[in-house]
Amino acid sequence: MKRTGAQIVWECLQREGVDVVFGYPGGANLPIYDAMRDFSIHHVLGRHEQGVTHMADGYARANGRVGVAMATSGPGATNMITGIATASMDSSPIVCITGQVASKYIGYDAFQETDVTGISLPITKHNFLAMQVEEIMPAIRQAFYIARSGRPGPVLVDICKDAQQAVIEDWQYDESPIRLPGYRPDLAPVPEKIRSAAEMINAAKRPVILAGRGVLLSGATDLLRQFAEKAQVPVALTLLGIGAMPASHPLNMGMMGMHGESWVNQAIQNADLLLAFGMRFDDRVTGNVETYAVNARKIHIDIDPAELNKNIKVDLGLVGDLKEIVTQIDPLVQPADHEEWVDAIWSRRKESAVRDIQNLPDNGHLYAPHVINDLWRHTAGEALVVTDVGQNQMWTAQYYRHEKPMRFISSGGLGTMGFGLPAAIGAKMGCPTCEVWAVVGDGGFQMTQAELSTAAQEGIKVNVAIMNNGFLGMVRQWQEFFYEKNYAATPMRSPDFVKLAEAHGLTGLRVTQRAGVEDAIRTARETPGTVVIDFRVEQEDSVYPMVPTGADLDKMIRRPSPIVETARDR
Amino acid sequence: MLHTLVVLVEDKPGVLDRVASLFRRRAVNIESLTVGHTDIPGISRMTIVVAGGDEIVERVTHYLYKLVNVIQVENLTYRRMVTRDLALIKINTEAEKRAEIFQMVEVFRGHVVDVTNNSLIIEITGDGDKIDGFVRVLKPLGIIELVRTGAVAMERGSESLVNTSVEVTYGAVPV
Repeated sequence: MKRTGAQIVWECLQREGVDVVFGYPGGANLPIYDAMRDFSIHHVLGRHEQGVTHMADGYARANGRVGVAMATSGPGATNMITGIATASMDSSPIVCITGQVASKYIGYDAFQETDVTGISLPITKHNFLAMQVEEIMPAIRQAFYIARSGRPGPVLVDICKDAQQAVIEDWQYDESPIRLPGYRPDLAPVPEKIRSAAEMINAAKRPVILAGRGVLLSGATDLLRQFAEKAQVPVALTLLGIGAMPASHPLNMGMMGMHGESWVNQAIQNADLLLAFGMRFDDRVTGNVETYAVNARKIHIDIDPAELNKNIKVDLGLVGDLKEIVTQIDPLVQPADHEEWVDAIWSRRKESAVRDIQNLPDNGHLYAPHVINDLWRHTAGEALVVTDVGQNQMWTAQYYRHEKPMRFISSGGLGTMGFGLPAAIGAKMGCPTCEVWAVVGDGGFQMTQAELSTAAQEGIKVNVAIMNNGFLGMVRQWQEFFYEKNYAATPMRSPDFVKLAEAHGLTGLRVTQRAGVEDAIRTARETPGTVVIDFRVEQEDSVYPMVPTGADLDKMIRRPSPIVETARDR
Repeated sequence: MLHTLVVLVEDKPGVLDRVASLFRRRAVNIESLTVGHTDIPGISRMTIVVAGGDEIVERVTHYLYKLVNVIQVENLTYRRMVTRDLALIKINTEAEKRAEIFQMVEVFRGHVVDVTNNSLIIEITGDGDKIDGFVRVLKPLGIIELVRTGAVAMERGSESLVNTSVEVTYGAVPV
């Protein structure tokens, strides 16, 4: 069949089962856009290429399939970089297709030429430059395969404009298996290691499972629950591991790390065995590595061999698919009760910082944790919640208790402000039946608020809850704790978010009192279309507890009493 | 200490950049890097000499394997190996010193590959230490210009380190 390069792009996407593409057209990808009309793939026009990349990321995280983003050459492609790095750090499978100047201009600093394969090299899992039409199909097929297999990640395909325009007279889709001699996504541990792991687990008195995003990516959530129940091993979650185990499960302790619950961190420090499942001992979860769980033997299961012994030395490392490996270990593990250990952890739960604020009577202040706690109660823990980065993110992780997997989406590794709204739009496209809430701060929201326009144009419903404290809150918190309250460049004036929503033809609400929270959430849920709620929360509240950078994991800053010193109180 | 890695890669545009960029990104210094074709079509062989402890080199090996175009990585440091470096050295030769230089070239088993009235180019191969030694001896005579290729390495014995099965292995690889 006669096909242009541009048509081949869409053919390949269709063959990969792509139903939606997030993109932005421009000079160097015009042929691709011109060919779009022949194909039944929905295109979402973002307002910035960073936004469309986050949308593809949000889609992939909500749906599990590869998200697709498109942009033109030069600035279009460079605008994607933040989104690609975000997806890379959080192992999110996306394919970015960028237009490139005609092949004869490459290297001549042509208009809107950028070496995007060079720029994106360290932040992609792999990338391709297709200079000829024949290279397009193999590049896209391999891109999808690489993006979704092994440890998922972003892959970029840069396609020269002349390759998009060139014609192949008798083109056929290649359905043969992909051959990549150097790519091994399917590593597996030798049987001796499976046996050793089971022996270590059977011998443990105070075991803890550390569950990360790998549990979700591997589809091992049910298995994790059964395994934890059988061996009675308490589970601690990383930020991106939220949802790996239902929040209400008695063995789910909650989140670990810098803003994890103190009793979770204490359990890790007191453990005699850590079972790291698809997590990477990021510095935000270990604190000081020298004092991290020094009495614990450590088993690390990860699909990426480069993660083993990278941040924390482990006694046993197993490389491969988590679900496969735990399935093999499970029959060798004896049922256990670890009653004393589990009881000891539960008794420490009294010190919960979450409970501190949940039980706080209405003192006339509106605290962001209250807002999120109310949101959780109203939506029965079932909403798909996308956060931005900063205090809003940590409070959501602490106070929105997720029962289901893949219902919490957040930029963890890169900590990308501005991620929230576009990722929520992508998540909604990836899970149209989900009730999607974006919980954002006034700072991060303003970085990508233009995407409200995208939500309006698409006519989709994404509720946006802005935790508006008039500060870049997390930075302000660090200034309060570590820089003598020198609030340099953190006070922030914002536009009227209600009017902003209305200017987009959307609904805007404002809440200043705790009593108004539930009403606003109810109204937002009942109103068709995207609703923006401006929650005017306490200006100088902080996220507690907190392990300062590099401190021991169990040396946490606790919420002071009386609760908080505020600008108004002073 | 210095480690010698042999890295087999797909012979595709940009692969050298991917490998070199990895070392830069992970803040590991390359002492020398050589690359050339092998007898297997489509596969190039790099010899990379890296400064660092065992731990760093093991990490680098894992990172190299993360590159889609990297097929095989072998650390020859603790194996019996032959390493060779090639140097071309252009040197001043006043008439009365010529005999002395020719003698040294003989001792180090080098070759003279270019002669003028007042200069010579000497070609010498050997491991790094031998070439360092030769350069030290020549230095007082006035080196005009010097170029070295960096090391290439091969394991001793009758076996090939090239794992020919990698191309056809798609099942689970035990590690």
